[in-house]
Amino acid sequence: MNDTPTPPAVDAEEPLLAIRDLVVELPGPDGERLRAIDGVDLTVGRGEIVGLAGESGSGKTMTALALLGLLPQGGSASGQMLVEGQDVLTMTPRQVRDLRGNRVAMVFQDPMTSLHPMLSIGKQLTEHLRHHKKLDKRAADARAVELLATVRIPDPERALRRYPHQFSGGMRQRIAIAIALACDPALLLADEPTTALDVTVQAGILRLLDRLRRENGLSVLIITHDLGVMSALADRVSVMYAGRIVESGPRADVLREPRHPYTRGLLDALPHPDGGTAALVPIVGAPPKLGQAPTGCAFHPRCPHAVDSCRQDRPRLLALTPTHAGACPIDPLAVAASKVDSR
Amino acid sequence: MTLSSVTSTIAVTSKAPGLVLRNLSVAYRTPGRPTVRAVAGVSLSVTPGQVVGLVGESGCGKSTLGKAAVGLLKPAAGLVEFDGRPVVPLGLRSRPTGQRGLQMVFQDPYASLNPRRRVGEQISDAVVLAGGTREKGRGVARELLERVGLPPEFADRFPHEFSGGQRQRIAIARVLAAEPTCIVADEPIAALDASAQASVANLLLELARERNVGLLFISHDLSIVRQIADTVAVMYLGTVVESGPTDQVWAEPRHPYSKALIAAVPRADGSGELPVDLPGDVPDPAFPPAGCRFHPRCPVAVDACADAEPALVEFLPRRRAACTVLAPTLEKVG
Repeated sequence: MNDTPTPPAVDAEEPLLAIRDLVVELPGPDGERLRAIDGVDLTVGRGEIVGLAGESGSGKTMTALALLGLLPQGGSASGQMLVEGQDVLTMTPRQVRDLRGNRVAMVFQDPMTSLHPMLSIGKQLTEHLRHHKKLDKRAADARAVELLATVRIPDPERALRRYPHQFSGGMRQRIAIAIALACDPALLLADEPTTALDVTVQAGILRLLDRLRRENGLSVLIITHDLGVMSALADRVSVMYAGRIVESGPRADVLREPRHPYTRGLLDALPHPDGGTAALVPIVGAPPKLGQAPTGCAFHPRCPHAVDSCRQDRPRLLALTPTHAGACPIDPLAVAASKVDSR
Repeated sequence: MTLSSVTSTIAVTSKAPGLVLRNLSVAYRTPGRPTVRAVAGVSLSVTPGQVVGLVGESGCGKSTLGKAAVGLLKPAAGLVEFDGRPVVPLGLRSRPTGQRGLQMVFQDPYASLNPRRRVGEQISDAVVLAGGTREKGRGVARELLERVGLPPEFADRFPHEFSGGQRQRIAIARVLAAEPTCIVADEPIAALDASAQASVANLLLELARERNVGLLFISHDLSIVRQIADTVAVMYLGTVVESGPTDQVWAEPRHPYSKALIAAVPRADGSGELPVDLPGDVPDPAFPPAGCRFHPRCPVAVDACADAEPALVEFLPRRRAACTVLAPTLEKVG
């Protein structure tokens, strides 16, 4: 896999982000290596919004952190993470630093902790503009005003001199997005960007991201456990469980005809906005802790359909249709697909 | 759910058992700043066995209302009654015996449990406080852990050994040890994962039904409230703008704010439809807009909306709304 040289020219067909066989290991308490991500493949096309779903601890956030070279201390990543054809995992720290906040930017869940409480909005917005784009103060300020207007902060000139605590949660998240957009990134990593916000404010942020995609051709990898948010925004959805992708495909396929019992479980646990008052069906049990994934299919202890073979054989992600893939060995479509696959 | 079996409404009925708020106002005073009326005249009631949902955006005063309801804050005006007696704001003394049936579940189960005490001890405190022995408390703790879906052996563990969903179950078990007849739950599932949210919400609903406990369920998540509440009150900037049986309010919201809130909920149906945006933020409650508090953000506001604050009108049995524009079309009942 490492023998293939990366193509130098930018191919229009080539996805903006291509993650291949990503494995992330973190140090355990006794010096052992714990696998947080175990062979993930994921692509994001230009101008595409891809969703990564799953419960906390499934490895969603770790995927994004690996891409930014921000893994926790002692963490290591292998495989390939190509951004515009360049493998982030083989870059020098300096090259990663040039990429981060520049071509790839990230928005975190909680804008109160991702913004610096003691620095003015203007300072935080222009810092990396001056660093990456070498703009002088006046040009950087002008760009900052433009950015705040893009994310619809009223009175942007005045906002530059204000501090995070003077804004509401929704405004702060808009500011965090403006900071992420400052250097005109090709890819925005949005980790639960609306989870801390009210539904009305969330609707505004989702519309903002959608507009930026349509008008600026921004690509977004949105990480969320909220399948409603996923359904509103993402073109394609991948569902993660215990460090592996268990299902992926176009939004409508995955959410309307989920193939993996875990995806089905996540959907059943949601209140049905238009349905009756049928009781919510939670998924029994809890996801495995880091490094304690069971053998076979990691989901089998919680799966209502598990059979003996699920306890031994680790299912592979198989193409069920040309675009829809699932990793459940007892799904009838997957059984058919595995026969084709093994010829 | 049979709505007809729910006897009470949001209306205030005197001498009713359960929790009654009458024209409640709660104010925060900061020297040198204007007084903030976080709750500005709210009436509602929760009878035993009834689940009342209170929804609204952050900053609308719903948590303040919850705290005042259990006596953690002193009302500036109006009254909080529990089983016909006024709820005395908590001071340095312990809670009056008559009020022990009124309990609260907090949002953050990481902060609401003492990290240095075993969960069994924390659950059994209520039993000891009520005059029981520690020995009896231990038995109760094990029973209650089982009731909230956890193994009784967990009584000997510390809070850090549990996930968020498990901690919230422990917090609920602790509340149950006081044998409550009314529980005020302030965003009890907001800090949990989606699948844990469903199971904790189900648990609260089951307990309300099985033990005939009234539940005031405070949440910003309308879809979960829609699932478990018998009646719902929609709050905006300190006042209730609409209330009624949950399925009716959800199916046919009348107040423009309730409409906007419901339209903003994204649906996981794979359609790719973006939820409807409600521009603007909740205003600073220190400077509430004149007239209808929602009018600066309201899509249907007219000039008259800035003049007077609309009253909450009962336009259908058990359904109320407060809107100047709607007022002529809302026929008064009785």
